Amino acid sequence: MDMKAEANAETPASIDLQSLIRETDVGEVLARLDAELVGLAPVKTRIREIAAFLVVERARRQMGLGASPPSLHMCFTGNPGTGKTTVALRMAEILHRLGYVRKANLVTVTRDDLVGQYIGHTAPKTKEVLKRAMGGVLFIDEAYYLYRPENERDYGQEAIEILLQVMENQRDDLVVILAGYRDRMDTFFSSNPGMSSRIAHHIDFPDFSADELYAIAELMLGQMDYVLDPGAIDALAEYIALRRVEPHFANARSIRNALDRARLRQANRIFFEHPVATRDTLQTLVAADIRASRLFAKSRAARHILERMALGVANADGAPDEWLCP
Amino acid sequence: MRLTQGAFSFLPDFTDDEIRAQIDYALAQGWACSVEYTTDPHPRNSYWEMWGAPMFDLKDAAGVMYELNACRKACPGQYIKVNAFDSTHGFETMRLSFIVDRPANEPGFDLVRHEGAGRTVQYTLHSYAANQPEGERY
Repeated sequence: MDMKAEANAETPASIDLQSLIRETDVGEVLARLDAELVGLAPVKTRIREIAAFLVVERARRQMGLGASPPSLHMCFTGNPGTGKTTVALRMAEILHRLGYVRKANLVTVTRDDLVGQYIGHTAPKTKEVLKRAMGGVLFIDEAYYLYRPENERDYGQEAIEILLQVMENQRDDLVVILAGYRDRMDTFFSSNPGMSSRIAHHIDFPDFSADELYAIAELMLGQMDYVLDPGAIDALAEYIALRRVEPHFANARSIRNALDRARLRQANRIFFEHPVATRDTLQTLVAADIRASRLFAKSRAARHILERMALGVANADGAPDEWLCP
Repeated sequence: MRLTQGAFSFLPDFTDDEIRAQIDYALAQGWACSVEYTTDPHPRNSYWEMWGAPMFDLKDAAGVMYELNACRKACPGQYIKVNAFDSTHGFETMRLSFIVDRPANEPGFDLVRHEGAGRTVQYTLHSYAANQPEGERY
């Protein structure tokens, strides 16, 4: 009883959480996250919650209250191109700033790096990867490939078991982040219930809206030192609207690919139109660079056929082949 | 008799936190750590058993501690040391090596005098522990 009173005498009566937050400069990290990543509201909310939790945990420790290290293993699910890998790369730095991991060290692996080729090869291989990642974050991309139900002798199961063991026992040494497409990860977790229950944070990455995609395009162009002229701004907005409803649409990744193609066309155009290039011509994308996309031709053709169908001169098969393939 | 080989052997035994700090130092220098163990403490026994391969590309001591603890579990009461290897051109050698675990009872060494031709005496060491077959030494 006396000892308890003494312990209480040594701990401060109150702790200024704001000063704790300033100490870790979490605010700056979160602000950068907001500025550099468009949309992703649920993801940012969860990261903010984790940040708050870690600060409170630190305060609790200073007060002498019980503080067991929280489990921060995460699973990122979402459609292609929704920023899972991008956020995971940031996570190591965020958790390091928050003082949860000792090193801002991120090891990115896929199935190949964990699973061996013959009996007895998998365990040492997986352990080596785990040891390299200790003190930081282990990011397993396309994690559902680890488990192949169609082959019962697959060594992936062995890798999963070692992973589970280390995730449980070395919780303060390692944060594991799994990422993958939602439906496949659901199958993965339903066949590995132990894995699902050891992961505290299941974060779902939503698809981007058209406005968010446009903001992402602007951000990417800004990073690459390109500007859009007024015509190109309209063209890009139209392009995004058309591209979103296409099959195999991969969110931000599709946008990046579209911009890369627009840059190719711009280079070609400059080459033929401007024997002497100015800074302005080199950095400006015009409407033609974007409107040359196959998508616009396709929508024109579709409109044309619809008109002809309305007039009764064509049927749906009247479409040219090229715009049927994705 | 306390075995004094490698670095820090005249200091009291390291705690795990102190071992971790030394390993962190080694990793910060870019050295690769490995764990080795033996039951034969003879000073000329340079080749201790390797506990797994040396660990390259580690950033944090946790990985080495993980292997060290596994080795402790598998070889209780044996000598265990941590080595740090520097692969820089020109060094390519151990830069740091220290004993982290030792048996509770170290019987020490016998000084053996071997009388040769012309009454010349050659001295050598013999570990009392090595009188027992391997596996029964400690």
